[in-house]
Amino acid sequence: MNTVNPVEDFETSIADVDRAQVKVDVKSLDFFYGKSQALKGVSIPFARNKVTALIGPSGCGKSTLLRTLNRMYALYPGQRAEGQIMLDGEDILGSGVDLARLRARVGMVFQKPTPFPMSVYDNVAFGVRLYEDLSKADMDARVEEALTRAALWGEVKDDLKGSGLGLSGGQQQRLCVARGVAVRPEVLLLDEPTSALDPISSAKLEETVTQLKADHTIVVVTHNLGQAARVSDYTGFMYLGQLIEFGATGDLFTRPATRKTSDYITGRFG
Amino acid sequence: MKGPRKLAVRRGVNLLFSGFCVLVTGVALFALIAILWTLVSRGAGGLNLDVFIRATPAPNSHGGLANAILGSIGMCVMAMVIATVIGVLAGTWLAEYGGRSRYGAVVRFLNDVLLSAPSILVGLFIYELFVAPFHGFSALAGGVALAVLAIPLVTRTTEDVLALQPSNLREAGVALGAPLSLIVRDILWRSGRNGILTGLLLAFARISGETAPLLFTALNNQFFNLNPLKPTANLPVVIFNFALSPYDDWRRLAWVGALLIAATVLAVTVVARIVAREPRRP
Repeated sequence: MNTVNPVEDFETSIADVDRAQVKVDVKSLDFFYGKSQALKGVSIPFARNKVTALIGPSGCGKSTLLRTLNRMYALYPGQRAEGQIMLDGEDILGSGVDLARLRARVGMVFQKPTPFPMSVYDNVAFGVRLYEDLSKADMDARVEEALTRAALWGEVKDDLKGSGLGLSGGQQQRLCVARGVAVRPEVLLLDEPTSALDPISSAKLEETVTQLKADHTIVVVTHNLGQAARVSDYTGFMYLGQLIEFGATGDLFTRPATRKTSDYITGRFG
Repeated sequence: MKGPRKLAVRRGVNLLFSGFCVLVTGVALFALIAILWTLVSRGAGGLNLDVFIRATPAPNSHGGLANAILGSIGMCVMAMVIATVIGVLAGTWLAEYGGRSRYGAVVRFLNDVLLSAPSILVGLFIYELFVAPFHGFSALAGGVALAVLAIPLVTRTTEDVLALQPSNLREAGVALGAPLSLIVRDILWRSGRNGILTGLLLAFARISGETAPLLFTALNNQFFNLNPLKPTANLPVVIFNFALSPYDDWRRLAWVGALLIAATVLAVTVVARIVAREPRRP
């Protein structure tokens, strides 16, 4: 093994995907937190109506990659991305991109549940009101639809006026999913969505994710390898800011093409 | 046997130090209780309905504090309206908009300076600004002077409370594409509401007993006055004047007034604590 420059010399294996099916195409992406580089030449395709999981040890850049896809990093001066991220053929890193419109197309759910301090109903309607002027009846229908798709409707339908903060952790996270899908985004980003949840809530959320891919392209960052294997169609393994391996989830977990991937999924490090 | 001896010494030092802490706390508490006791014992006897319905009396005649109570309430409300608008907006700007800029750092520094500015200076400042040019003391000038005292407090607590809101909450709003103004109004202000409200109540408690800024601005008035452009009676200045007077009636009323202010501050502080503890609701 060559040890002269361990970062640059990992063997990598990036599987091909059907180009026509690519919704978001990341090309040679570099990312910087001030002077330190967190992503190095990452190229990864995210397929339409599929779930793609990003796995890897802490600090490998998977959350960073996720946060470039809706340009969340733009909130913080000193963080910058170089390269291309094509969303339906349009580069979202370009300077003329309308960030509000981008975020309407690319929704996000965070690691910790982040319900807004308002009622369950208003939580879900919040994003919709930013973009659409719906009648009361239409909004009611939209809220019900979103809550149903997030598998929460049955539990909250009798108390939509109750505070979102009054729900359990698992319910709050599904409320956040409902809030995200209510805007009808094309892409949904999930940043370790179950790491703050108990096993039963996690299982419910995973089920929700599987159902959501009918309408959305989903990217999920997870520390939980079992979860990646259960919910995703494709998996990308990242290490030290690089994409080491990308392929169909079944292949990556059963026949990893690189040594690093194999070490990681068998629990030798990470 | 070095070990056990060392332990014994440590225990002894510990005992000494905790004992000293308890003693010092006792001294502080004693002073506080002594003040409250003096207030109650001297003021409670003079409390009666007249205090609340009659105006301040001429020497050796019968009266109350109603005009001063009314004036104090009016000026404090005026001050809090001004301080809420300016303080909450300035604190929000510092926390969410320009706080990281050079200008933001300067504003924050000046606000901290104002926070500890002597209140008599604030009174003189408003005197020069409002009273001298218009040749008249007024309740309006008094309210503005109190507002100048309250604004830095409100600005500071608002900034601190907003800075305490989890960044996740901010990012969740951004992730939906919401503009910052909406994130502030619908999410951050709401989730920090109790903290901001507590800051407002504490600022109110702070200004309700201020005498110095009112001496040069609202002055005093022996009669009821509802015109904000005229000199107006207020509790602190009435207490100041009456307490220094040679008349027993006046001195008794001064104690009553002091008791009323202390009771108000106590009540507001208790309410502030309850508000701060109450679980957040939409």
